[in-house]
Amino acid sequence: MPAEPLVSVQGLQKLYPLTAGLFKTTRSFIHAVDGVNFSIPAGESLGLVGESGSGKTTTGKLLVRLTDPTTGHMYMALNGGKVDISTLRGKELKVFRRHVQMIFQDPYESLNPRRTIFDTIAEPLEVQGIGDVVEREHRVAELLSMVGLAPPETFLFRFPHELSGGQRQRVAIARALIVEPTFVVADEPTSMLDVSIRTGIMNLMQELAARLGVTYLYITHDLAVARYMSNRLSVMYLGKIVEMGDTEELLRNPLHPYTKALLSAVPVPDPTLPRTEPDIKGSIAKPIDPIPRCRFFDRCPIAQKVCENSDHPPLVDKGAGHLAACYLV
Amino acid sequence: MAENVLRVEDLTMHYTTRAGEVSAVDNVTFSLAKGEAMGLVGESGCGKTSVATTVLRLLPDNGKILGGHIYLDGTDLVALPEPEMRKVRWRRISMVFQAAMNSLNPVYRVGDQIIEALETHLPGLSIAENRARVEELFKLVGLDPKLMDQYPHEYSGGMRQRAVIAMALSCNPDLIIADEPTTALDVIVQDNLLREMTELQKRLGMSMLYISHDIAVIAEVSDRMGVMYAGRLAELATTVEIFKTPIHPYTIGLMSAFPSIVGAKRELATLPGEPPDLLRPPSGCRFHPRCPFGTEICTQQVPEFNDHGSGHFAACWHPQRSA
Repeated sequence: MPAEPLVSVQGLQKLYPLTAGLFKTTRSFIHAVDGVNFSIPAGESLGLVGESGSGKTTTGKLLVRLTDPTTGHMYMALNGGKVDISTLRGKELKVFRRHVQMIFQDPYESLNPRRTIFDTIAEPLEVQGIGDVVEREHRVAELLSMVGLAPPETFLFRFPHELSGGQRQRVAIARALIVEPTFVVADEPTSMLDVSIRTGIMNLMQELAARLGVTYLYITHDLAVARYMSNRLSVMYLGKIVEMGDTEELLRNPLHPYTKALLSAVPVPDPTLPRTEPDIKGSIAKPIDPIPRCRFFDRCPIAQKVCENSDHPPLVDKGAGHLAACYLV
Repeated sequence: MAENVLRVEDLTMHYTTRAGEVSAVDNVTFSLAKGEAMGLVGESGCGKTSVATTVLRLLPDNGKILGGHIYLDGTDLVALPEPEMRKVRWRRISMVFQAAMNSLNPVYRVGDQIIEALETHLPGLSIAENRARVEELFKLVGLDPKLMDQYPHEYSGGMRQRAVIAMALSCNPDLIIADEPTTALDVIVQDNLLREMTELQKRLGMSMLYISHDIAVIAEVSDRMGVMYAGRLAELATTVEIFKTPIHPYTIGLMSAFPSIVGAKRELATLPGEPPDLLRPPSGCRFHPRCPFGTEICTQQVPEFNDHGSGHFAACWHPQRSA
């Protein structure tokens, strides 16, 4: 559906200054997110994959306004209108937070150990001033059974240390969904969990998305998990999206040399499958004041003069909505 | 079959905690041939790392070997006095730990740390000989020998992991135990390291016990593999065999819960419940509360670890032979 997207991001940039020396006048910047554009239609899930340091978590944090962008715009359809997330202040920001939530990677760190499960899940309701105590308790119980922590009475007044990792992540999901958000940023929500628990959480997130109409930005380093959790996939490298397209199409037919290398490096649970060695040089650098040329130039197996002499290539449609940022494909 | 370097027989190990006895390793039996790479896969708390630390006798004070044998070329390590054991460690069996890249001392040069290991385990070599050996080791693991006089913080995560592997190889061990050595690394670095470790292991004719929670990584590095669940070996066979025709319901569940980027996108299975608390492990088969095929007998008797044909072992009352 090419309807109006729920979230769209234009020229998003986040620079982190590196601490300069006492007498240094010029500062260096880490270009964590650098000129990122994408949009997510309502009800869809966009996967954001990349190696550590590629800027995927920063992108997620920007979208929920846990950090402010240096430049760029982030639009979101809200209450029939359209707001620029990056300019929201005060009351508007609070309204926005009712519609946008985040699920974090580590359920051992993201839950306050001194608060009961009820307090944790009910807090967003309290902050937003929704319902009275009785209603909140009712709602929390409902959410608990929805995320598979049943019967809810046995969980309401427990503390995080009494729960397993999988159960904690379910609590974190319940907390994010209790305000009925339309958009959820999920930052590696299953990477700390064991395989036999992980599938349960993945299925739960999809089921709830379908039922409650939630749109996800799903951040992960695990391409196999991303395959299951997203309709479309975008691959980040040093602050730039280098490729974006329909998940299955992108996995079957990667265009960008970085995506190709990344895909061939993913271990496959099949010992009989012959595998090719990833075609890539060197190792990942930090995007500190990057030279204006293709970010992947140093590691690219097919790089040519044009890649060195021109700016980083724009992300353009190479056919049927499959986008890539490369001069040579 | 080639001669066994390592043979672990009915190994049982408990941790004593304030809450009671934790049955971390229970009647584990396997052997490792010379030049063979064996994988040990399982989820957190299944005892795979405990098997490694038990084999090396590096248990914390509250860990006790209650029974079984660990034969290294016929010598039972369980009965070996500590001074003798110390000669086995590193020289015969070395280990690359999980997050080993953080185990380098930040205030010493990387090369000097390897030399220290050499001086401890193979005393009597001159400084020049030791440096030459480190240079050789660096080349072996794909590090520039010039880096030996640098400090760990000047290395990337992948380089540090290589340095630790170089250290593990320093005394030409017969067996190297690798416990999740690539878990904290990015996929491209991981892939590179896995290829090189496998290549080195084959070239040097070493045996390797590779421990991981990731069945895809195990598929890549191992000739044979064991699947652990709740302190016990559930299944053991060649890697190809386990992936092709798993017998144990846990292995089957694990395989079908694991996503892959190749092949058709199939539905991922969910295993009900959670792994048991090893303070109070379930009676009988420890997998029975989560098993779709469980019956009365599973709750009462521990299934034997039997050969189901040509060295394919499984501990199950209702072995599955369909897939």
